[in-house]
Amino acid sequence: MTDTSLHEQTSADEPVNEALANAPVLTGSGAILRSLEILGVTDVFGLPGGAIMPFYDELMGDEKIRHILVRHEQGAGHAAEGYAAASGKLGVCIATSGPGATNLVTAIADAYMDSVPLLALTGQVFSTSMGTDAFQEVDISGVTMPITKHSFLVTKPEDIPGVLKAAVHIATTGRPGPVLVDVTKDCQQKSAPFVWPEEVDLPGYHPVTKANQKQVQTAAQMLVDAKRPVLYVGGGVVRSGAHKELAAFANRVGAPVVTTLMARGAFPDSSPLNLGMPGMHGTVPAVLSFQESDLIVAIGSRFDDRVTGKVSEFAPHAKVVHIDIDPAEIGKIRFADVPIVGDAKDVLTDFLPAFEQAASERAADYSAWWKRLDDLREQYPLGYDEPEDGLLSPQWIIQKIGEMSGPEAVYAAGVGQHQMWAAQFINYERPHAWLNSGGAGTMGYSVPAAMGAKVAEPERLVWAIDGDGCFQMTNQELATCAINNIPIKVAIINNSSLGMVRQWQTLFYDGRHSHTDLNTGHDTVMVPDFMKLADAYGCLGIRVRTKEEVEPAIRLAMETNDRPVVIDFVVSRDSMVWPMVPQGVGNSSVQYARDHAPSWDEE
Amino acid sequence: MQHVLSLLVEDKPGLLTRVAGLFARRGFNIESLAVGKTEVEGLSRITVVVDVEGLPLEQVTKQLNKLVNVLKIVELDPEQSVQREHMLVKVRVDNSTRSQILEAANLFRARVVDVVTDALVIEVTGDTAKINALLKVLEPYGIKEIAQSGLLAIGRGSKSITERLYKN
Repeated sequence: MTDTSLHEQTSADEPVNEALANAPVLTGSGAILRSLEILGVTDVFGLPGGAIMPFYDELMGDEKIRHILVRHEQGAGHAAEGYAAASGKLGVCIATSGPGATNLVTAIADAYMDSVPLLALTGQVFSTSMGTDAFQEVDISGVTMPITKHSFLVTKPEDIPGVLKAAVHIATTGRPGPVLVDVTKDCQQKSAPFVWPEEVDLPGYHPVTKANQKQVQTAAQMLVDAKRPVLYVGGGVVRSGAHKELAAFANRVGAPVVTTLMARGAFPDSSPLNLGMPGMHGTVPAVLSFQESDLIVAIGSRFDDRVTGKVSEFAPHAKVVHIDIDPAEIGKIRFADVPIVGDAKDVLTDFLPAFEQAASERAADYSAWWKRLDDLREQYPLGYDEPEDGLLSPQWIIQKIGEMSGPEAVYAAGVGQHQMWAAQFINYERPHAWLNSGGAGTMGYSVPAAMGAKVAEPERLVWAIDGDGCFQMTNQELATCAINNIPIKVAIINNSSLGMVRQWQTLFYDGRHSHTDLNTGHDTVMVPDFMKLADAYGCLGIRVRTKEEVEPAIRLAMETNDRPVVIDFVVSRDSMVWPMVPQGVGNSSVQYARDHAPSWDEE
Repeated sequence: MQHVLSLLVEDKPGLLTRVAGLFARRGFNIESLAVGKTEVEGLSRITVVVDVEGLPLEQVTKQLNKLVNVLKIVELDPEQSVQREHMLVKVRVDNSTRSQILEAANLFRARVVDVVTDALVIEVTGDTAKINALLKVLEPYGIKEIAQSGLLAIGRGSKSITERLYKN
């Protein structure tokens, strides 16, 4: 297997030879460090081990790159994701071979599902030992093939600059995603001249960003002609940095906007155009807008099953314009009448004048549609019932955190009920404020992601809105936060159970709560005691049981910046997430609250 | 419905795993697979036969296109391409059947490449229909063993799949 491709052969003439002669000779490890510096990497999260030791030796004392030593590699992965999601920059995580690398797998899969630009750098056993079941040997580039945009195995030091440049190019362009680079220990030790390539050598990788103008014009005309359009905004708008273009477009068009779980903040919640989140736990107006719509303009969204419900019953009267940078998303779930492949930012930039043009002949009129949607908004606002057991309402607490912290803060959620409430009851006004594990649904995302976000955006207030189940999966990173002066605030919404599973058991399994009690909350042994745990990790722990304690606790957390803060909000376990479209049925069966389906005209 | 896809790929480690793994995890069955070098150094060609309907086929092609080492995918229409399989088949013979089998092989323009007293190895090249027809004829005599290649296919006319790939 040769690595010489046509490109390298044709460009390997004199200038390159000259560069080669003048090139500094570096070890593979030195080449990795130098490459990361050239690529503008300033923060990395990792944990050393045998096969990555040569690189760590090189990293020691480096002044350009801050390395944050995590307590578990999964924490490094999610921290790098949080770093990337909060800043829009590349996230980098580092682990050794074998179990170190496999501990990154969940975070890599998570980044793949949510299109997070992530570079995972792993050490590998000596190339001479590979394939022999050597100590801590795992074929990690093989393991991660289905969950990365691409994976590389590097065995020669001269290949490092080219591979790292290509890896970062792949991770950050087109539809972003994780790329893994596995480097053998001997490759890290050996030396070679360090030549930074001018071009990336990727003949099979050409993401399309600029859309076909004819398609954009067709879409614009359809939007003018539509009576009941919906702009279905997904995480692609956040990743593309297209929020300004979206705002300009949506405000001019005047059509309703729904923002998916991944797109909360891509369009301001304060805008009257925003109907909120669609999907399984979306607002009634957002969910029903699809069902009654005659035109869906999907922008960087992928018709996820949690959004569509039963696909055959989804938006039965709507034509679809689907804008996505990944052609494979278009038509995957729902036929697109007008497919537009391109970057959301570029497409929206073209879409606005195309709409102006189309609307100059005859203006769009959505007034009847807005009347209907406003009625729905009035009848079915987001809300919740106070718990009957007299314990704290989790929704109210989350709402308070949002109100007191404001739109400039960052909120990283775990997965489950608290995640949905955090998506529903915090108002998002800007992209990158809301971080969560949307596609993969990774419990344990929150604490390390918040840590990564705080490293990327140290001036911002960063909350981890976590559940008592999620928190127990990755709270070891509180040590990392305490030691490295990363003062995040953790709000444990402690309902003493795996709440979302419990909710499904209540609703769909005759209330048989099989193995969902965690015994962390009210009226239990409270193991672990989150106050003692916070204390053990050098964090400020605050326990909150009553309504009066809520605001002072949040305020104290916001004022405490010399260490991380953990607030244990002991809440009712009976609170449920509403509205809900039960799994496997159409969106028209949305329940506003238990046994309360909104009335609407099904044609 | 069967479709013949020709993939032009970079000859990189793990490439075949990437392609085959993608088919498996997206739930598409590979009917046949053939891999080999091309006239361009560093490039290989994979010919895959898949049995899918129109829309899933589009999804297969789009997903394959996302693989960084896949340069080009062409669906080869049977009318516009030459498609061949290669097979080695070991048939049981005795004195009474040998001449009939040799005659059958001749009719199919197949060649006998190994002979022992109680068996023959026959080599045949052709499209899937021809291969199946020969097998049907040989079956009554007793087929002891078969080794068969995946389908190979190439477009008719003067154009090449590698054209315009490295123009800039």
